[in-house]
Amino acid sequence: MTVYRVEVTAKDPTGDFGIVAAAHRLGVDTLQSCRKSRLYFLTDHKGPPLATEQIERLCAALLVDPVVETALISSLPENRPCDINYQLDTEADEQVIEVALRPGVTDVAARVLEQGAAEMGIHGLEAATATQFRLTGVLSLSELRRLARGLLCNETIESYSLGPIEPPFGRSSDARNYVEQIPLAGLDEAALSQCSSERMLSLDVREMKEIQSYYEEIGRAPTDVELETLAQTWSEHCVHKTFKARIAFTRYGPDGSPYPTEEIQGLLHTYIQAATEKVKRSWVRSAFVDDAGIIEFDDKYDLAFKVETHNHPSALEPFGGANTGIGGVVRDIIAVSARPIACTDVLCFGPQNLPQEALPAGVLHPARVEDGVVAGIGDYGNKLGLPTVNGAVIYDDGYLGNPLVFCGAVGMLPKGAHPTAPQKGDRVVVLGGRTGRDGIHGATFSSAELTQATHVESGSAVQIGDPITEKGLIELVENARDARLYSAITDCGAGGLSSAVGEMGEELGADVELMDVPLKYPGLTPWEIWLSEAQERMVLAVPPANLERLQALADLWEVEMRDLGRFSGDGWLRVRYDGRPVAELPMKFLHEGLPLPRREALYHEGGPDRKSRPTGKEQGRTSLNERAVLLQMLSHPSVASKERFVRTYDHEVRGGTLVRPFVGPHMDGPADAAVLKPLGTWDNGRAFSLSVGINPLLGKRDSYSMAVSAVDEAFRNAVAVGADPDRIALLDNFCWGNPTIPDRLGALVRTCQGCYDAAVAYNAPFISGKDSLYNEFDGQPIPGTLLISAIGIVPDMRHTCTSDFKEAGNLIYLLGQSHGELGGSLLSHLMGWEGGEAPAMPNDPLARYRALHASMLSGLIQSCHDLSEGGLAVALAEMCFGGRLGAKVDLLTICGDGFPNHYIQLFCETNGRHLVEVAPADAARFEECLAGLPFALLGEVLPSDQVIFTKGPDRLFQLTLNEISTAWKGDSKDEASN
Amino acid sequence: MAGGTPKIVHINQLRAGAIRFSEFGMLVLPGGFSYGDALGAGVRQALDLQVFLQDELTEFVDSGRPVLGICNGFQTLVKAGLLPGHGREKASGAEQRTSTGNRDVTLTYNARGHFECRWVHLAVEPETKANCLAQIEELVFCPVAHGEGNFQVSDDESLEQLEKRNLVAFRYVDVNGERARGRYPINPNGSVADIAGICNPAGNVIGLMPHPEDHVESIQNPLSGSGRLGLSIFRAIVSRASS
Repeated sequence: MTVYRVEVTAKDPTGDFGIVAAAHRLGVDTLQSCRKSRLYFLTDHKGPPLATEQIERLCAALLVDPVVETALISSLPENRPCDINYQLDTEADEQVIEVALRPGVTDVAARVLEQGAAEMGIHGLEAATATQFRLTGVLSLSELRRLARGLLCNETIESYSLGPIEPPFGRSSDARNYVEQIPLAGLDEAALSQCSSERMLSLDVREMKEIQSYYEEIGRAPTDVELETLAQTWSEHCVHKTFKARIAFTRYGPDGSPYPTEEIQGLLHTYIQAATEKVKRSWVRSAFVDDAGIIEFDDKYDLAFKVETHNHPSALEPFGGANTGIGGVVRDIIAVSARPIACTDVLCFGPQNLPQEALPAGVLHPARVEDGVVAGIGDYGNKLGLPTVNGAVIYDDGYLGNPLVFCGAVGMLPKGAHPTAPQKGDRVVVLGGRTGRDGIHGATFSSAELTQATHVESGSAVQIGDPITEKGLIELVENARDARLYSAITDCGAGGLSSAVGEMGEELGADVELMDVPLKYPGLTPWEIWLSEAQERMVLAVPPANLERLQALADLWEVEMRDLGRFSGDGWLRVRYDGRPVAELPMKFLHEGLPLPRREALYHEGGPDRKSRPTGKEQGRTSLNERAVLLQMLSHPSVASKERFVRTYDHEVRGGTLVRPFVGPHMDGPADAAVLKPLGTWDNGRAFSLSVGINPLLGKRDSYSMAVSAVDEAFRNAVAVGADPDRIALLDNFCWGNPTIPDRLGALVRTCQGCYDAAVAYNAPFISGKDSLYNEFDGQPIPGTLLISAIGIVPDMRHTCTSDFKEAGNLIYLLGQSHGELGGSLLSHLMGWEGGEAPAMPNDPLARYRALHASMLSGLIQSCHDLSEGGLAVALAEMCFGGRLGAKVDLLTICGDGFPNHYIQLFCETNGRHLVEVAPADAARFEECLAGLPFALLGEVLPSDQVIFTKGPDRLFQLTLNEISTAWKGDSKDEASN
Repeated sequence: MAGGTPKIVHINQLRAGAIRFSEFGMLVLPGGFSYGDALGAGVRQALDLQVFLQDELTEFVDSGRPVLGICNGFQTLVKAGLLPGHGREKASGAEQRTSTGNRDVTLTYNARGHFECRWVHLAVEPETKANCLAQIEELVFCPVAHGEGNFQVSDDESLEQLEKRNLVAFRYVDVNGERARGRYPINPNGSVADIAGICNPAGNVIGLMPHPEDHVESIQNPLSGSGRLGLSIFRAIVSRASS
């Protein structure tokens, strides 16, 4: 057996500045340069001996770009230097760190290389890849290790070596036909708890007792396969216990007096689904039943939309976590028989400039998390050929140990094309990627809190995606749907096959053979096969007569397909391994046996510490430098331009992006929402919008206000680009801390109440949602975060709007009233003010949005921008920058009340407001459209580069476009203008 | 829209011989990420072309019928040695299959080191061998979306050869049609001599990094203007196919 090592290096010796800069941030100042090489290891231990000539051919055809790269081929000696004995040669000019994926982690490049070699007639080759970093500068051994751990290698999925790395081939092992019986009989509560935590089941004592008594009744011990299946099916992640639990909720008013305690029969039922039922929109096709919500698009097609979170995996392995987050939500769309057509992402990170010494142990630096997450999202969405078009990024100290990664996907399907009823006798077919030990315990892992030790313990819960396998699934399922080859479909998400087969067979029962599951490598025990969350797999119920046609399609798209068994009709879940039963559970116990919890929830209006709360009037006495504050806001990371990474996402592919993330003549102003025209519908003028509302700062102040404000923000963003306010559907995503703690749960309850009231007021249904709980790090919860995503119908794609000012001389109107609502605002955050009124729900919001929409359809609106973080001042600055035009506005004209000081008008975050630009010739017609609604003519667009704020005759302050650009975009030189 | 009747064919259908090149008048290799670009953009798909489709493709190209590679299609044509295509010999077998080792142009990682999506202006090179493009009178405005679109050559002489033989088809220019001269983001990826697309000496094989298919209707134009459609490129090439 020979192992060849191929080192591929760029001819250009410049190296990677990004790594050097990141090393300096890590405190390794002496690193001067870093050159990266790709390493390929090729071995013949499974096939005929490799000849050097074959390695050279592989290099020429697949491994080396001869124009810009060189290769060094060596065959490895038996005794290689090993990291443990590594001797640092301090005299050397150059130090080497090599990083490889751990065995079992998906290595797509190695697999593609093996296939390519076979195509060239080189059979039986086994490949592995790694990366080499050649570092110059005076570096100590401890500095090298710091660079490796803190920057170059993520030990959750990779290993590193100082000096040459051991070729990272997995060791093969035999199939493991090993099933454990777990005696529960006679165990007391403490022993049951211990059993749950040792096996990472995340089941509480009541649940363990329920299982114990079931098995006592039938007179045997559960197998590991059964216990794991129950733990997955009953996990918070799969069954959403908290949202179904009965809750005793007590709310205390601002003066500390309690309201009567409310008994809530499940948050989902009482608030979220209840709102959908109450508004009863006829265009809702599916809400809360399927893997994604579905609404009508036009008379031929429906749209599916889903947003998921992938927080804990992204905390541990940002690239893989975000990568598989997109992969997972796209499969939710495939699972409603829709063709995915777009992605969204909303991200919450800790502060990017956090000093290294302030980083808690066991946490990746927020800058590293951001880099990895952004790269992971782009990698998956771009490779699937999906435009990533809308999102938001929030920075807050509260996300340091537990970042949030919301991944969304939209799909389109012909009306009535999604079959949902498996039939008795249908085959259980698994399609897509192979199963490995990756992602074991993802569902229970996401239902537990992160601790310092999590990085070490949960490695197997993190995965790397393979978007090209998923691309094959998209095409295959679309073909199979159109040929009507399956009677039900679902994705393999959390819980793997156990959840997918368990849920699809809930009514009928299923009988499956685990030996038939295709594996990446041998050595998995039956429960690991059954639970694995290996990516890119779908489960279909297929009538036996259609198997052959499905196989032909699978062959065309090169997707692996296996028949695992049948939907039996006897209501039992039977799992076998090599014919031997390893699990036998009645579906009824699996799905209905979970004892629903009962929980206590407490909520203090205005926060528990009400004494420190200054009133709006007290704030009004302070004076501040508005000009400086505005510039500070524009450069605040949550407000400032995200162009540096949004441009790493393809937002154009499929040719249907009509309102893009960046707008204006230089294509760098902020967009309120995206507008997309689906391929295949260009025979009509209909399009759709995607927008979001999220404001965790406000949530710290008032949970109810956070909810109504998030709904309003998602709504006003949608209306601002041209969506019909009567055709907007909502998705809710709650990311919260540990819900068994009453005050955490109380804030969640109050948020749900806000969601209900807002949905009813806006007459908008929730069509899908997801909760992610236990987002805590070492006992500290994240700020309770609600994301509202909205999908709206844009009736006429020729009448969309963007936020950039279009022409000097046009008039600027402010729609809506402004109030002294500074609670939870960006201004309060920057000033360190803790109190203040939180924004309320606007009066009759639909009336003003309908009027604005009608004037947009009449072509009266030149530009439109919503007011959110930083209020009027930030919105106006963005419109001026986007259009490269100045403006002059008079604060005296603003409708509203409570302005003891004019910074309230500038920076308050009252809901329900837009700035719009109207040509003078259209002013009368526009004002007629808005008759009876609150609006004010604020000023006009100027041909200069000055943005001027006045109050009556007094000029308050002004700034230039260049100053805005410097603050918002982070560059003083206007790059795009030449 | 451009006058042809396109059919989407999977490479496996061509491999299986179920569909043949000879049935068609023009070939477009579209953008995307063939095999995830796991071994570099277009590399693995280029191997497929060489191993399975070499003879049919050679015949197609030699017959003068047009071939257009966009983004990943362009990367594939370059890595398969079909662009710029000089020095190609009618060899077959293992040697020919790995003959890409002596390429002297490539598309490599963007100078900024990451994938980037933005709209760019393109000018057709006036003297280009791809003379069907001469009917395009205005600039073309369309997006790039790639991580490996940086066109590079092995030495100055290779570049000189390309220029002298008029194998440059498109260059990145500013809104007024002035050469980018390497200025970012007008030249979005650091390509040498602002080269956005090239052709073979016969002028019938053309490749470019930007995506003209994303600007076929004025409503797709982010600057709300009209004209400068990417559609003009398809019209020009289809008209060559049908002539």
